[in-house]
Amino acid sequence: MLTSNILKGVTKGFPLKIKAVKVENVSVDYNRDFVARILQRIEYGALQSAVKDLGLNESLPETMSDAMQQDDEFLKLMHKVLLEYEIEEGELICPETGRKFPISKGIPNMLLQETEVS
Amino acid sequence: MASKRPEHQGPPDIFYNEEEARKYSQNTHIIDVQTKLSERAIELLNLPDEESCLVLDVGCGSGLSGEVLTDLGHQWVGLDISSSMLDVAQEREVEGDLVLGDIGYGMPFRAGAFDGAISISALQWLCQADKNYHNPIKRLYKFFSTLYSCLARGARAVLQFYPETPNQVDMITQQAMKAGFTGGLVVDYPNSTRAKKMFLCLFAGGQVQELPTGLTGEEGNEGVRTQARYDTERQRYRHLRGKSLKKSRTWILEKKDRWRNKGRDVRPDSKYTARRRPKPF
Repeated sequence: MLTSNILKGVTKGFPLKIKAVKVENVSVDYNRDFVARILQRIEYGALQSAVKDLGLNESLPETMSDAMQQDDEFLKLMHKVLLEYEIEEGELICPETGRKFPISKGIPNMLLQETEVS
Repeated sequence: MASKRPEHQGPPDIFYNEEEARKYSQNTHIIDVQTKLSERAIELLNLPDEESCLVLDVGCGSGLSGEVLTDLGHQWVGLDISSSMLDVAQEREVEGDLVLGDIGYGMPFRAGAFDGAISISALQWLCQADKNYHNPIKRLYKFFSTLYSCLARGARAVLQFYPETPNQVDMITQQAMKAGFTGGLVVDYPNSTRAKKMFLCLFAGGQVQELPTGLTGEEGNEGVRTQARYDTERQRYRHLRGKSLKKSRTWILEKKDRWRNKGRDVRPDSKYTARRRPKPF
């Protein structure tokens, strides 16, 4: 999930739309500092749409405020959403060109064809 | 030696097939070398202490370098062109996220996403033109410019690589500078052919940083060895034009010294050095 928030399409396409076939839940040790640090880098809107794409049963607040970045409850939720959900099979779809990047065994395939390279 | 370079045997996505990928997870020598290189690269990366960072591993392969990052408490995202290598990484259950992609087409990441980037023995692959439309210089430039944009300001990228010719080093550093990076080459053990390791240490903006110095193999030995130690002996062997008698104690000591300079593992000198073994009956 974290990777999906930083992956982008060929040129500008961001955020990539996620179409998941199989989602796995892995447990990762909670590291408060890392989550707090990474939150500053996260595009919150993109994360929300990703959660919606996956149809996850998590309720994210509408907006993220600075005060919430110190809140333990919120950080734990973010940790769960960002690090513990893993898309095993599915597709990433570029919103601009509609190009599909398949995900297999949890590895998104971002390889391009010769013609797609500018 | 030149023909043994894997870059010459085929493009990376084909060369690192299942068999070659399995080697990387089983050969202890490869694992050892890669781990040492990664440790040194991360040391050069100079990440803030006690903080967990997000690091990009370019050419992560089976995730050997990533494991070192995990051990140090960092999160990482790996990018590699060989799906077999990534499968091995997946089997080894590495902690980082893996992405399949060609670094010559640029990094598929959002701007400013990473706190740093490392790359172990991957950059030399970019110097090859494996397909007829490949242009190494353009691919290098694309790689460096997209790498620059996906790093946070002031972040470092440490790229270890095995250049084939001095021209390649020039080509790589030129393109890196063109993409806006500052920094330069750090060479460990410059006197040795085998232990010599090149690290391209790049800074993405931020304030001016000082380039770290390379190891010479003399760290920690300083003050132990003195230049004057061989002076008297040298007098004795003057007729040999500075060379010691072969198999003599001085010859062995000189040889050990030479090897130490190359960064090899050499036993310390003692009173037993070069002493003859007792004759058996």
